[in-house]
Amino acid sequence: MKRGMSPINLTVLTLGFAFLYLPIFILIVFSFNESKLVNVWAGFSTKWYGEMAANDALIDAALVTLEVGLVSSTLATILGTMAAVLLTRFGRFRGRTLFAGMVLAPLVMPEVIIGLALLLMFLSLGLSRGTLTVVIAHATFAMAYVTVIVQSRLMSMDRAIEEAAQDLGCPPFRTFLNITLPIIAPAVIAGWLCAFTLSLDDLVIASFTTGPGATTLPMKIYSQVRLGVTPEINAISTLMIGVVTAGVIAASLINRRSHRRQGRADAPPRPA
Amino acid sequence: MNNLSPLSELTERWLRPAVERVPRGLAIGIPYAWLLIFFLAPFAIVLKISFAEPQLAMPPYTSIFEFLNEAGDYFSVELNLGNYLLLIEDDLYWRAYLNSLKIAAISTALALLLGFPMAYAMARAPERWRGPLVMMMILPFWTSFLIRVYAWIGILKGEGLLNGFLQWLGLIDQPLAILNTDIAVYIGIVYSYLPFMVLPLYATLEKMDESLLEAAADLGCRPFKALWKITVPLARPGIIAGSCLVFIPVVGEVVIPDLLGGSETLMIGRTLWSEFFTNRDWPVASAVAIVLLLLLVVPIALFQRHLLVRAEATR
Amino acid sequence: MAISTPGSSAARRGYEPWDDPNATPILKIAALSKSFGPVVAVDRVDLNIFKGEFFALLGPSGCGKTTLLRMLAGFDRPDSGSIMLDGADMTAVPPYRRPVNMMFQSYALFPHMSVERNIAFGLKQEGLPAREIKARVAEALALVQLPDHGKRKPHQLSGGQRQRIALARSLVKRPKVLLLDEPLAALDRKLREETQFELINIQEKVGITFVIVTHDQDEAMTMASRIAVMDRGRIAQIATPGEIYEQPNSRYVADFIGKVNLFEGNLVGGETPLVRSAEAGCDIVLADAPGLRAGQRLWVAVRPEKFEISREPPPPGSTNCLSGVVWDIGYLGDVSTYRIKLDTGKMVVAAEANRVRRTERTITWEDRVYLRWTPRAAVALLN
Repeated sequence: MKRGMSPINLTVLTLGFAFLYLPIFILIVFSFNESKLVNVWAGFSTKWYGEMAANDALIDAALVTLEVGLVSSTLATILGTMAAVLLTRFGRFRGRTLFAGMVLAPLVMPEVIIGLALLLMFLSLGLSRGTLTVVIAHATFAMAYVTVIVQSRLMSMDRAIEEAAQDLGCPPFRTFLNITLPIIAPAVIAGWLCAFTLSLDDLVIASFTTGPGATTLPMKIYSQVRLGVTPEINAISTLMIGVVTAGVIAASLINRRSHRRQGRADAPPRPA
Repeated sequence: MNNLSPLSELTERWLRPAVERVPRGLAIGIPYAWLLIFFLAPFAIVLKISFAEPQLAMPPYTSIFEFLNEAGDYFSVELNLGNYLLLIEDDLYWRAYLNSLKIAAISTALALLLGFPMAYAMARAPERWRGPLVMMMILPFWTSFLIRVYAWIGILKGEGLLNGFLQWLGLIDQPLAILNTDIAVYIGIVYSYLPFMVLPLYATLEKMDESLLEAAADLGCRPFKALWKITVPLARPGIIAGSCLVFIPVVGEVVIPDLLGGSETLMIGRTLWSEFFTNRDWPVASAVAIVLLLLLVVPIALFQRHLLVRAEATR
Repeated sequence: MAISTPGSSAARRGYEPWDDPNATPILKIAALSKSFGPVVAVDRVDLNIFKGEFFALLGPSGCGKTTLLRMLAGFDRPDSGSIMLDGADMTAVPPYRRPVNMMFQSYALFPHMSVERNIAFGLKQEGLPAREIKARVAEALALVQLPDHGKRKPHQLSGGQRQRIALARSLVKRPKVLLLDEPLAALDRKLREETQFELINIQEKVGITFVIVTHDQDEAMTMASRIAVMDRGRIAQIATPGEIYEQPNSRYVADFIGKVNLFEGNLVGGETPLVRSAEAGCDIVLADAPGLRAGQRLWVAVRPEKFEISREPPPPGSTNCLSGVVWDIGYLGDVSTYRIKLDTGKMVVAAEANRVRRTERTITWEDRVYLRWTPRAAVALLN
């Protein structure tokens, strides 16, 4: 496009992004408020961060959340990558339609249904509810997101690259490890990050599938929010937003750099 | 390779191919088994329990299968349709279903109305701006959903920032009651789900060839008409995908009506939640879930077909 | 389109094992078929390719040539038929255990590996000692004249360099047969022509059998010892480039390779084979007509450059003489092509080398001209 943006488009974007960002911005500002009231500015203070750090229950919940997030996202990444390979590289095996349906359904399925269904499954399997059940639940629904991300990368990759490896004597599984995986690595990492934040964020499914002693941070925040708005929650929220923002920006920079480094040498040829 | 000994013939023809097929078998088997156990089977159990009766025990429902002798030679199946009858008889449930569908439909329309101009503006932005703009659209999605809903409580409260701002402007004398109404729920839903609408729309609009609009203008089509006749039809896949991504989860939404809505904001996800956690009536909760799933089967199937068709098309 | 003179490498070598009934082919394809759903991509193809050949599979897109090549590499499984390579049945052998290698149209270089590691990849799969791998990689890089590019990544190379690296990578394992899928399609025209000759030289140097898939007839004519012209999954003709051009066996082949004018007619009996053609508007004398019956319908094929164009009318009653009006002139520099509308209404194309400067050209638009040719310059086609 030769010209810049039209005034109408510029206005639309300014207003739209203001709508998206203003609430978060206000939330961050009031986490530094001296007063306990979240609508009256009474001067700068970091005392709510101190209170947050002293709140053992909150810290425990944060640790549980982190543990669940790390394990479940890793599991989801492994399963989701396998599912993506299955959907893009295995042709039409028996039961493919059912598989595709199952793997993508959690993308839109209401969380209450997934949570309830998984809880009832865990009970009938005799699994005691706790960190493990939340991990399984999160891995199951985050797997769908990993699958979509990795699948789109696999589809944009030139299949001839994998065929070339096999042609040069490399069996399929080794081809996947030595050739495919390094090439799709940025997508796999992006999938992992997505699964991780979904796990950190989830309230509904965790509420259903958790048990005593495995309260996650969103559950903790939710129970406090229902009692009322406090600057301490603003402080936690600000911290979480900061961590995630830094992570996402770092990931996108890594992704862009590796993209530039590889160029488009792995893209499929365009039909003449 | 022509003259193989019987042993190496055996390994070459049968053993090696069999061993080489193991990774393939595992690659299909593991994710498949996982989804069967943790995705498909759970729904069968929900269906089963929706036919049970609640009881004060753990698990808090009766078994619908009963073995009539010790060896298990005979067993009876006792289907209890009472939970489903309750859903029909008690108007709380069907009003909750209808209200959820209404709220989801209106929020989807609002998100489309707000999201389309944004996606369009992003797609028409100079190329070097597009990456950062997409990034800015995704970033709120990465920050906690709960926190973003929470942020609105402080804004919409009676003595919150919005009312304070409006009073300062002199537009109103008395604070408006926004929090704990349906309006707050709409604001919260559109706010939370906007990126899900904008990103698929952007993806289709960005691919659109701008010369199509130039061609339309060249042929004497006015810009607004061109938008309606060319841009909107071409963006149809994005509109369908975005609408599904908003509509379906919103029907089952729990957190937003709970935190921003009032006690009269009936939504079925919230009803299910309270049946389960407050009333501890798991069979009714299961029946609610089954009916909800049946309501959503059509849009979910539509969405999946859209995803698969697109996947096949790009192959 | 200018047709390169068919100075095929085989002719230069004086090597024609396909005419020797005792020669055993290195690659023997028998009754090979493959369908994708309702589409028959390859239909009962039989093909023998001999050691050291530069064999071209030529045809328009969708004719099944790429599917045939992919079956030779092992990527697509044939529905029926067999592939024998050097006496061993390859039909069910997976690609990673076949002693053939392929050079891909997209080159398919591994983007995350350096040039050296790309070339060494196939040797590593064989478990060769590091020292030998190093020596052979260096040798392969020297062969494609890029000895100093080993440390680079694929995206740091130009298109032509990538093409050479892909060639080196597929040659370094010394396959029994090298398969090349449109190896020059991604290069620009000038580079493509240079690379054609380089490929011939490399093939002669390494002595490996090449099977190349191409849709470009110039490419096939320039490089191949033999060409198989494919049409909708079947092989229409297998012959040397010279035979394909001068003795096509069907209208399809004649039309696909170069330009041709076809005149439908019926064979008239008699001492000299004579064809009566309403399209041509004159009788056509053929040099010979082996196995043809009187009254048979056939097509006489005459290449544009076989015509002799003249403004002088021939003596009345001449055979092999068309008359018409110049409709269009295409000046291509080296040759000029004339589109001539015959008195019968048919449009024919004639070509003439521009031996004199353009300004002195005598034939111009709307001139009445006469086209003549010798009986040996035409071919009779039955289908």
